[in-house]
Amino acid sequence: MHLLLRRYFKSRIGTVAAVLLVLLIIVAIAAPLIAPQDPYDLATVSIMEAEHAPGTTSSDNKITYLLGTDGAGRDMLSAILYGLRISLGIGVTSALVALVIGTCIGLISAYFGGKVDALLMRIVDVQLSVPTILVALVLLAVLGQGVDKTLMALVLVQWAIFARNVRGSALVERSKEYIEAAVGQGLPARRIMFRHVLPNCMAPLIVTTTNQMANAITLEATMSFLGIGLPQTKPSLGLLISNGFDYMLSNQYWISVFPGIALVLLVVSVSLVGDQLRIVLNPKLDA
Amino acid sequence: MALLEVKDLVTEFHTEDGVAKALDNVSFTLERGKVLGIVGESGSGKSVTAFSLMNLVDKPGKIAGGEILFNGDDLRLASAKRWSELRGDRIAMVFQDPMMSLNPVMRVGAQLGETVAIHNKLPKAEVERRVFEALKRVGIPAPLERMRAYPHELSGGMRQRVAIANAIINKPDLIIADEPTTALDVTIQAQILYEMKHLARQTGTALIWITHDISVVKDLADDLCVMYAGRIIERGAVADVIRDPQHPYTRGLIDSLPHAENHGKRLYSIPGATPPLLSLPPGCSFAPRCTRARSTCNATPPVFKLESREHRCFFPLG
Repeated sequence: MHLLLRRYFKSRIGTVAAVLLVLLIIVAIAAPLIAPQDPYDLATVSIMEAEHAPGTTSSDNKITYLLGTDGAGRDMLSAILYGLRISLGIGVTSALVALVIGTCIGLISAYFGGKVDALLMRIVDVQLSVPTILVALVLLAVLGQGVDKTLMALVLVQWAIFARNVRGSALVERSKEYIEAAVGQGLPARRIMFRHVLPNCMAPLIVTTTNQMANAITLEATMSFLGIGLPQTKPSLGLLISNGFDYMLSNQYWISVFPGIALVLLVVSVSLVGDQLRIVLNPKLDA
Repeated sequence: MALLEVKDLVTEFHTEDGVAKALDNVSFTLERGKVLGIVGESGSGKSVTAFSLMNLVDKPGKIAGGEILFNGDDLRLASAKRWSELRGDRIAMVFQDPMMSLNPVMRVGAQLGETVAIHNKLPKAEVERRVFEALKRVGIPAPLERMRAYPHELSGGMRQRVAIANAIINKPDLIIADEPTTALDVTIQAQILYEMKHLARQTGTALIWITHDISVVKDLADDLCVMYAGRIIERGAVADVIRDPQHPYTRGLIDSLPHAENHGKRLYSIPGATPPLLSLPPGCSFAPRCTRARSTCNATPPVFKLESREHRCFFPLG
């Protein structure tokens, strides 16, 4: 464990990405404490403060709008902090739920093989052959908006990736002698799958999970930008970008650009951490 | 009643190129507390015998016929549930490669403890005590420390001892050891052989010891089966078979052992190679390599019984 950490932090890019990611997570979690304004509290948001440029002080001199305000007079910094929270929350939750579902299906597929495997993997094939954004669009068009529905759509487009990934690694482990030995000890199938096969598939699974988190965040932002993801009352980064889009032409760049930068930082840091984990956890790349 | 009675066991592998009969009417019996050695070349069906007895034959292989009577029960009729009760508790197996047969991410103590806990409802302390005892019995120094170790922290010999401890931990009636010392160096092999024999005698466990090295089973086994291309071609008490082999193949195996007096000379080897299972010669599969073969050998030799010994050769030696 210590060795892995040391190897991880050997890379400068990996270190920077990890520090940035931790910072973003802390900021997102602590948003209600550090944000200058509660962007959902209509009492504190005044239309009179709309479309202020970055650095402007509010008319009552109480807060400085470091990143400006949007069309409704919301402090952009506060909106971004809260948006970060939502984006991160939805990305992580959906990836984890998909991880659990996909892992179970992948393990069952690899362990039992034969017809079960064929059936499950054909379902995975079908799922993966349709573009994710299309599935998510159709699903949300049918189900309607909402946090729960967006989560559901994200899980649906992600589980198959996990299932295939886990099946691949589990098949390799399954053929090893220690699994045969575990069967020979009289251990039940479920125990062998979860206590013997799964822990040995963790390395690629961790990498897939981080990459999927980045994907989920992007996908959620895309859907929100298109106006089918989250409702206006729960503005994620994607929705903030979308809201500011109309003001771009009138030179009020900050409403769109700052949430955009926040989104890029978040996705890039998650992806880089995932890439570095892949290098650390894959002994074959360790040259 | 014998502990294990195998009658006309047939295991086949259904491949795209045809059906390979990996076990062809294999029969033997094993009494409680006795050691049976099975020797043969690579591909002769030794390991398939072990896997068939454990019901661990993977697709495309399957047991196609015969009976495996264990304590009088036919194991071929046993349900999956019955099998998981038997395996690890009444019948245990030690695998060939100790580098591969332990889970790399589980501590040794946890792996052994699992074998105990799955078959017995015991308090945790009692499970740990049994793990400790088992490790001590196979001669592992400082068992308490070793219980906390991961397999990669142990040497090959230690790992094989752990695997053996895992097999003996529930005091099974039968242990099947599939070339357990092949991957180890000679001194450790000798230690483990000695300890296994000792353990088998102490606990009254019967042992099936599979090897390609006839000198390994010479001092260890009570009975010996010699396998060739899926058939047991000779069977009998170890001393009888080695002193006075009846099948020309057994003779060849014994003659190819190195002797001190032949130091520096070329070792004897049986001419030719084991035939592939998919294209076995008709009749006796050893006939093409055999100097005594005649046209009679184109028929499948039946089992010739002579008191406690049996062989499958039309023209036996001696």
